[in-house]
Amino acid sequence: MTNKVDPPLSIEALRRGDRAEFARLVELYDAYIYRLALRILGNPQDAEDVLQETFIKALKHLPSFDGRSSLSTWLYRIATNEALMLLRKEKGGMISLDEPNPNDDEEQEPIQIVDWCCLPEEMLMNAETKKVLDQAIAQLSPALRVVVVLRDLQGLSTRETSQILKISEESVKTRLSRARLQLRQWLSEYFHQQYGLENLAS
Amino acid sequence: MTAHRPSCREMLGSLSEYLDGELEAELCAAIESHLSECENCRIVVDTLRKTITLYHQHAEEDPQLPAEVRLRLFKRLNLEDFLSHSR
Ligand SMILES: [Zn+2]
Repeated sequence: MTNKVDPPLSIEALRRGDRAEFARLVELYDAYIYRLALRILGNPQDAEDVLQETFIKALKHLPSFDGRSSLSTWLYRIATNEALMLLRKEKGGMISLDEPNPNDDEEQEPIQIVDWCCLPEEMLMNAETKKVLDQAIAQLSPALRVVVVLRDLQGLSTRETSQILKISEESVKTRLSRARLQLRQWLSEYFHQQYGLENLAS
Repeated sequence: MTAHRPSCREMLGSLSEYLDGELEAELCAAIESHLSECENCRIVVDTLRKTITLYHQHAEEDPQLPAEVRLRLFKRLNLEDFLSHSR
């Protein structure tokens, strides 16, 4: 990190294929794109493939970038689509990105009531817990996973997330809610079993 | 009793927005009224909040882009020349 303020990227230069400007774009966003892909796919090799494909596509389509969204939203959108395409390929084309219907089983699942908030910080921040958090993300359906990754892990706003996924802000909120509740359920089960905390599940 | 008091399960779907501070005042009040009398839901709200916080905290510690991954990316894009003096 340098202290000097770099000039903002010139969309004009990017559009006409200026290589130095494109290199600046890559350097500015490659780490974000890599982490996004890694979080959706859970696998470094796949994340690297998505990273490379994203910038190859960006290079190809920059001349027609219309500037209606920000460059970062546009890049995120390419990367998210690449990651979802890879997931779909691996699952044999079986994943659906439509609004998932809350199924009855899930709705009737007992609500886990385990008071694990007061566990000491070292139990919540250790490598074991981190593994459980990652596994929980991986268990979410892709439609819920991308939303929680964009909102809670990449730290994007509801609005940005809706632009990236081309779904309404209401859908983002609904999916985020379902994802977070599911993650809370799994973490509660884990902490209940791992640390023998009482479960008042009803 | 003026407004409808939501049941525990009815409240679940609004808690995420409640924690993000995006819920309208009337619903917030209904939730808070429920929470003041329901220990179980207080635990659900606290652990939901903590779940979100945990993901934020762990995300900050996620690995950075490995140098060799960036190198391969720049090579794939034929941009190695720009990588050398930017590092
Ligand atoms: Zn309740």
